[in-house]
Amino acid sequence: MKKDVPHSCRPIVIGIGNEFRSDDALGILVAREFRRRAGESISVREMSGEGTSLLESWGPDDCVWLIDAVSSGSPPGTIHRIDATQTQLPAWFFSSHAFGVAEAVELARTLGRLPRRLILCGIEAGEFKEGVGLSDRVLRSVPELVTMIQEELKSETIA
Amino acid sequence: MKNRIIKVDHLARVEGEGSLFVKITEGQVVDVKLRIFEPPRFFEAFLRDREYTEAPDITARICGICPIAYQMSAVHAVEDAFGISVEGQLRELRRLIYCGEWIESHVLHIYMLHAPDFLGYEDALMMAKDKPQLVEKALKLKKIGNDIVALLGGREIHPINVKVGGFYRVPSKAELRSLVDRLRWGRDAAVETAQLTATLDFPDFDVEYEFVSLRHPEEYPMNGGRIVSSSGLDIAIKEFEFHFEERHVAHSNALHGYEKGKGAYCVGPLARYNLNFDKLSVLAQQVARDIKLTGQIRNQFKSIIVRSIETVYAFDEALRIVEQYEPPAEASVPVEPKAGIGFGASEAPRGMLYHRYRIGDNGMIRDAKIVPPTAQNQPTIENDVRKFVTQNIDLPREELTWKCEQAVRNYDPCISCATHFVRLEVE
Repeated sequence: MKKDVPHSCRPIVIGIGNEFRSDDALGILVAREFRRRAGESISVREMSGEGTSLLESWGPDDCVWLIDAVSSGSPPGTIHRIDATQTQLPAWFFSSHAFGVAEAVELARTLGRLPRRLILCGIEAGEFKEGVGLSDRVLRSVPELVTMIQEELKSETIA
Repeated sequence: MKNRIIKVDHLARVEGEGSLFVKITEGQVVDVKLRIFEPPRFFEAFLRDREYTEAPDITARICGICPIAYQMSAVHAVEDAFGISVEGQLRELRRLIYCGEWIESHVLHIYMLHAPDFLGYEDALMMAKDKPQLVEKALKLKKIGNDIVALLGGREIHPINVKVGGFYRVPSKAELRSLVDRLRWGRDAAVETAQLTATLDFPDFDVEYEFVSLRHPEEYPMNGGRIVSSSGLDIAIKEFEFHFEERHVAHSNALHGYEKGKGAYCVGPLARYNLNFDKLSVLAQQVARDIKLTGQIRNQFKSIIVRSIETVYAFDEALRIVEQYEPPAEASVPVEPKAGIGFGASEAPRGMLYHRYRIGDNGMIRDAKIVPPTAQNQPTIENDVRKFVTQNIDLPREELTWKCEQAVRNYDPCISCATHFVRLEVE
């Protein structure tokens, strides 16, 4: 089903992560690569993933692409995409006792504070150990994910 | 059931971290193994051969919810090594940004992590479905804390404005005054929060803790002071390692904090409160009296009330600082690096955070030691779990597991390293 991105929608790209936890940095690095390609025209933010701050970072007229490392059991490097505007997040997204990305999204939904559009996209992580730098398979998926987001942003119709 | 094992592993977001193992034999708790925190050894190693200027920026990344605490302990330690003192309005600004962090961290824990336990909700999400206004209020309160940190720190997460000697840029009087209305609203809302937490039902739980915190001659402790304990310890920060040590514990990679000759000890809001009640602001003390939170608090479940009193204090203190603020002539004092060892400690929301740096002639960090509050609390949390499980030994497994998690949650374990207690295995 095709949905139009309203012209008045303000696009925001948010990269979530921790640069000192190997692949947990990927959201931030994807956001930086996006900024490098897109320039200053699109709002790009880096955040740690603390849920309540995340919830405050968008408004009702925004279209948000949220990029994060994923841990779902898929092969490392797998690109994931979920349109959270329409779909509740699957259970494996949640960490039950911290207040992270999934909790923020579902809380926003409960409180009627979702943005106009919220796309969660990410790459399956291979390593979360302490350290700087992405693992190979994750690193290889970064350009592909950036391109995917660029194309979605450009196009006026999102499938 | 007389023989049971309760094992709670976390979701593999951060593999290998965060687990709780409780073994019950013949109705007795025979073993508790807790591992909820990895000490920042990677960061200690990473800091080697970095410039002293990088200490606040790098250590800020250890914790996503308390970067300011790491920055403060770091700058104090480096300034101690260089013989620098930061006073006056710069010190007030540091205290103000710390108030912002306490507000953020405490409000998040009180409402989103702890309150659901007491109100009978599985999590904040379920609570929000029933009580959306309560959660909206919490978010509004927390945002004030975030905005204080952003205004002074330059960025909400990983603030970039804090440096050895002061700041890169100080705010104008107008910028700080723009916070006043919201701080006043926040102070009132914090008082209501304290009153609300006092009405909750608390299990009977009483432990004789060795409380440890900073103590300052004039202020409720945040930045600096001496280290004191409930058994009468009173030492300078630089003597910390003579009295406290981290021991490698067989069952985990984590290092557990012990006071030499004494054993487990407890840092955090209860420790600060019990050792420094007299230094709370007049309002905070009055609120505490009104809700009958006086005397020594030894029930760790009541930490939710103590955090709310500290939140009242943080708003009160923030208002005091903002209302007296005059921008200093310089954003930072002059810094002359020199070789030496420096010691620093500050009170993170979760408790005392100690940094020590050895710095070389060229201002390069030779080595670093960082002792976070959650690491110091681990043996005490294990003891609490042991005691609490013993008290509830006859409960059905699911309920008992939840009680174990509550006993841990009382300590507000650091979010970035926190456990995600999900899968339960019973042997």
